[in-house]
Amino acid sequence: MKFFWYSSPQTFYPLAGHIARACWVIAALLTLAGLYIGLLVAPTDAQQGEAYRIIFIHVAAAWMSMFLYVVMAFWAAIGLAFNTRLSSMMATAIAPTGALFTFIALWTGSLWGRPTWGTYWVWDARLTSELILLFLYLGFMALQASIDDPRRADRAGALLAIVGVVNVPIIYYSVQWWNTLHQGASVSLRSSPKMAATMLTGMLVMVFAFWAYAIAAAMMRVRSIIREREA
Amino acid sequence: MKEFFSMGGYAWYVWGSYGVTFACLALEVFFLVRRSRETKT
Repeated sequence: MKFFWYSSPQTFYPLAGHIARACWVIAALLTLAGLYIGLLVAPTDAQQGEAYRIIFIHVAAAWMSMFLYVVMAFWAAIGLAFNTRLSSMMATAIAPTGALFTFIALWTGSLWGRPTWGTYWVWDARLTSELILLFLYLGFMALQASIDDPRRADRAGALLAIVGVVNVPIIYYSVQWWNTLHQGASVSLRSSPKMAATMLTGMLVMVFAFWAYAIAAAMMRVRSIIREREA
Repeated sequence: MKEFFSMGGYAWYVWGSYGVTFACLALEVFFLVRRSRETKT
């Protein structure tokens, strides 16, 4: 595998196109499957009634929001350390999609909080740290947009992205470290899931659907960035 | 069918979530395609 062969924008460009096309198809199919399971197959929750169905997009979007931030910061750091153009472009390409998933996580969480907690918003640790994540994404994008020289914009953005990584474990462990209204993790690697099998299946299918969507969107955007910068 | 859309009285919350989510994703795809077209010419 010629791994480093693809580290140049010109050689990565056609590969990104193939990945994007494949992932659009996968994302569409998995979304349809996930919606089918989540809205039609999964049973009504004993405590929350139908309101719990927000879980299928809320958890998937929240996971993606954190995961994409780590990936973005990783590529930004690689770009900063090794001065590789494509790495920095990847970070720039991921940011808008990450911000979008963060917004979706907050929005759906808000609409879920109203019927279950009795409020759209509360300044508790989980919600506040997720809101800070949104501001980190927006700050990264605004900072890069405000600097004309793309290479300088890459470096400045990378510093912000790397410093902001500290927020991700804070979001993840916020429900353990502080007394929050938000419930703890229903699914983790260390214990068996605390939910019905169909619900879990629907949720995981949506996670993979959003995953494929995020890859497709980032690949399509990085192609545009390569065209804009390398033309 | 009507029962499905009423979501047990939680229609605003459930459809508000799903609606905004997929509207956002559709909007992003729109912008991606537009940017892609602009840079290709």
